[in-house]
Amino acid sequence: MGRLWSLLFLLVPVLGTLVFVLAMADIGPLYKHWLPLNANSHGGIIDSLFLFILGLTGVIFVGTGVALFWFMWKYDEQRNREPVKFSHGSHTLEVVWSILPAATLVFIAIFQMDAWANAKMKRPLVSPGADGVEGTLDDIFQPPLVEVVGRQFEWRIRYAGKDGVIGTEDDVHTVNTLFLPVNEEIVIEVTSMDVLHSFFLPNMRVKQDLVPGMKQLVWFKPVKTGVFDLVCAELCGWGHYKMRGRMIVGTRAEFDEWLEDLRQQQNQTILTSR
Amino acid sequence: MSTTTVGSHGAAGAQMSVSQFIDTYVFSRDHKIIGLQFLFSTLLWFLVGGLLALGIRWQLAWPWSDMPVIGRMLFHTEGGQIAPEFYTMLFTMHATVMIFFVIIPILAGAFGNYLIPLMIGADDMAFPTLNMLSYWFMWPAFICIGSSFFLPGNGAASGWTSYPPLSAVWEAAPGSGMAQTMWLLGITFVGVSSMMGSVNYMTTIIQMRAPGMTMFRLPLTIWGMFITAVLQAFALPVLTAAGFMQLTDRVLGTGFFLPEGLIVNNNDMASGGGQPLLWQHLFWFYSHPAVYIMILPAMGMVSDIISCFARKPVFGYKPMVYSISGIAGLGFIVWGHHMFVSGMNPMLGMTFMVSTMMIALPSAVKVFNWLGTIWGGKISFTTPMLFALSFVSMFIIGGLSGIFMAATPVDIFIHDTYFIVAHFHYVLFGGTAMAVFGAIYFWFPKMFGRMMNEPWGQVHFFLTFVFLNGTFYLMHILGAVGFPRRLADPYDYQTFAHLQPMNQFITICAIGMVASQFIFAVNFIYSMFYGTPCGRNPWGANSLEWAAPSPPGHGNFDFQPIVYRGPYEYGSPEVETENYPQWQPPPDKPGDGGAGQDNPEKKA
Repeated sequence: MGRLWSLLFLLVPVLGTLVFVLAMADIGPLYKHWLPLNANSHGGIIDSLFLFILGLTGVIFVGTGVALFWFMWKYDEQRNREPVKFSHGSHTLEVVWSILPAATLVFIAIFQMDAWANAKMKRPLVSPGADGVEGTLDDIFQPPLVEVVGRQFEWRIRYAGKDGVIGTEDDVHTVNTLFLPVNEEIVIEVTSMDVLHSFFLPNMRVKQDLVPGMKQLVWFKPVKTGVFDLVCAELCGWGHYKMRGRMIVGTRAEFDEWLEDLRQQQNQTILTSR
Repeated sequence: MSTTTVGSHGAAGAQMSVSQFIDTYVFSRDHKIIGLQFLFSTLLWFLVGGLLALGIRWQLAWPWSDMPVIGRMLFHTEGGQIAPEFYTMLFTMHATVMIFFVIIPILAGAFGNYLIPLMIGADDMAFPTLNMLSYWFMWPAFICIGSSFFLPGNGAASGWTSYPPLSAVWEAAPGSGMAQTMWLLGITFVGVSSMMGSVNYMTTIIQMRAPGMTMFRLPLTIWGMFITAVLQAFALPVLTAAGFMQLTDRVLGTGFFLPEGLIVNNNDMASGGGQPLLWQHLFWFYSHPAVYIMILPAMGMVSDIISCFARKPVFGYKPMVYSISGIAGLGFIVWGHHMFVSGMNPMLGMTFMVSTMMIALPSAVKVFNWLGTIWGGKISFTTPMLFALSFVSMFIIGGLSGIFMAATPVDIFIHDTYFIVAHFHYVLFGGTAMAVFGAIYFWFPKMFGRMMNEPWGQVHFFLTFVFLNGTFYLMHILGAVGFPRRLADPYDYQTFAHLQPMNQFITICAIGMVASQFIFAVNFIYSMFYGTPCGRNPWGANSLEWAAPSPPGHGNFDFQPIVYRGPYEYGSPEVETENYPQWQPPPDKPGDGGAGQDNPEKKA
């Protein structure tokens, strides 16, 4: 029985690797079962970091899995005629297998920091200010193009009006449809009016929880046109599943036209309601 | 200890009066009875939690379709379908039950209680009455959480993490009414119970060890339990305080977690001054150490089982102890990794990323040491050993997938997707639950004096192992697509619409996994009464509990155990036998004539 059990344990690294290989290669039943299309110019780094960690952990997964199998196979009571190796451990080995993973893990952590800073800390600038140095107090930040407010169970979306400032009377409002121009750095202000929500754009590799009472910014740069999902990724109540939005990315001209149409519709509604 | 206190519960049972029966089996102060009470209660809740999980899986595989047979009974108003608010209740209560009523109490309550005095050579816990209370404080918790199923909303439904404002505002969800209040009370009672247990375990392990049992001769199971008790003592007060704060937010109108200008369901909440993120910090300050509370005792038990059946000492005993302590210490400074995208200052995210990466180190050291333990041994593939080995195999997956989430940029994408669901199920089911099964098969003979059926145990292992991987492994792939958790119907999104077949496969495996547990249940109950009777030490193990009769009587040992060596001296060149028990005097130093010390088996 020992042999059969060892082989069962060998299946873990074998099938485990196979599943990931098939998914990455888009083959058979795992067609399209991998990272969805990335349409954000800053999103590629997240994908490559994911693959980097996958490669590293994959090696350890296969290595330890095969070692476990081999020891089970070789040291099966029914086949191993040698006496038990009476050993309480090895100081050298402990030092080696502490320092190597420690160094690797610190390296992984440091390796991630730039991507994290770019995604969440380095807000896009219009100009670095008079001193010409980024990260100083006189930096001029890019203002948000649009505000997204989460509400049970919809996305309330508000663009700046002619004055270019969000929060004034000429704002343009819509619900659940976020239209953005392609190939431009986009800054969005997000918040919530009731419970927690999460602003998740799978194709942009963007996720930010919306917290009532806190205004936060997300930024990304769409490089592909099309219609993408806007998902709520934080439990927000019974209708969480239907808090579904869409993000349309078009050219600058399409965007301007869409916004103008929306503005006119809105003015029409205001006029008729008066 | 006088020999008059030693007696079998069973033998005295026939002549017992009702009040004696209640003293012995219901409000018992005997750690073994309390341990068994915890064991039976948690196994029953394990069944409840498993059925709740099947409800979740049904909806994800075939959303909005009639559930066969029980659908009409449960949801006749919705025509046999799961309603979305019922779905949110399902995953909330599944996690609540599994974490607070199964994993934590089965490790600390059942095995901690049963094993600590036996393995350190004590006659009972330091505070037997407190120990009894720690079990009976679980009952108000059972009643609170159980009754919340029958309150409006059919149970709390704001996730087991209970994030405000959803959980704190009555109008926010159907389950956020009275059910949520009962949920908070229930969790508080669980906390009180765990706190009593933890004080007791720490005192017992420090004060009541048998002569010769130094700290570095303790079995790793006891080290796991000890460090867990320390974690609970330091982390639980924070959860209790946070729970009370949320309770006052709900019923007294305070605003710890509610910011200004909240408009929920078109009601102006007239709230203010609070901060929802404060709850997350307080909650995870407990609940991240709690993750280690849910794994450290399992790691200890697995080390004992592997060493026993590999017939070889644990490789690197002291590094194992240090890594348990290291995990516990680091466990207090990693809670922020649950909050990378929560709106917490991203600068803090970097710090938490480094500490979280570092916690993978002691886990890696433990895995290498387990591999070192079976290297060069003589492995017998018994059911407990198979479960223990599968713990190692599954924990490798769960540990490695944690690195993805620890990496902040990657976490932006996979946070709150099925990747994290895969990760913690590999740690908690593949890891802890498999270790618990192994521990039950391993210590069952001690608990009931009978062996569990071995072939059926192996069938149970095989089916559980196969179905567990079928269920949870593919969730990594779902996570890579970005498939979000907690959605009642994810298939309306174009990104996820094609994932339904994979979810159906997962659901079928999950049904198989739950069904296989009935083999275990039957084996357990049958063996309690009709299993092969066994002696004191059926596995030829080394630690002290095997010196006591099976099952041990009141007061545990029928002689004063004296400890001569560590618990893992298998294959020692000093003796002819494979094992060299802790209580056996060295050949050149015969025993000091204590009752039955030379050969407890003979006396029995």
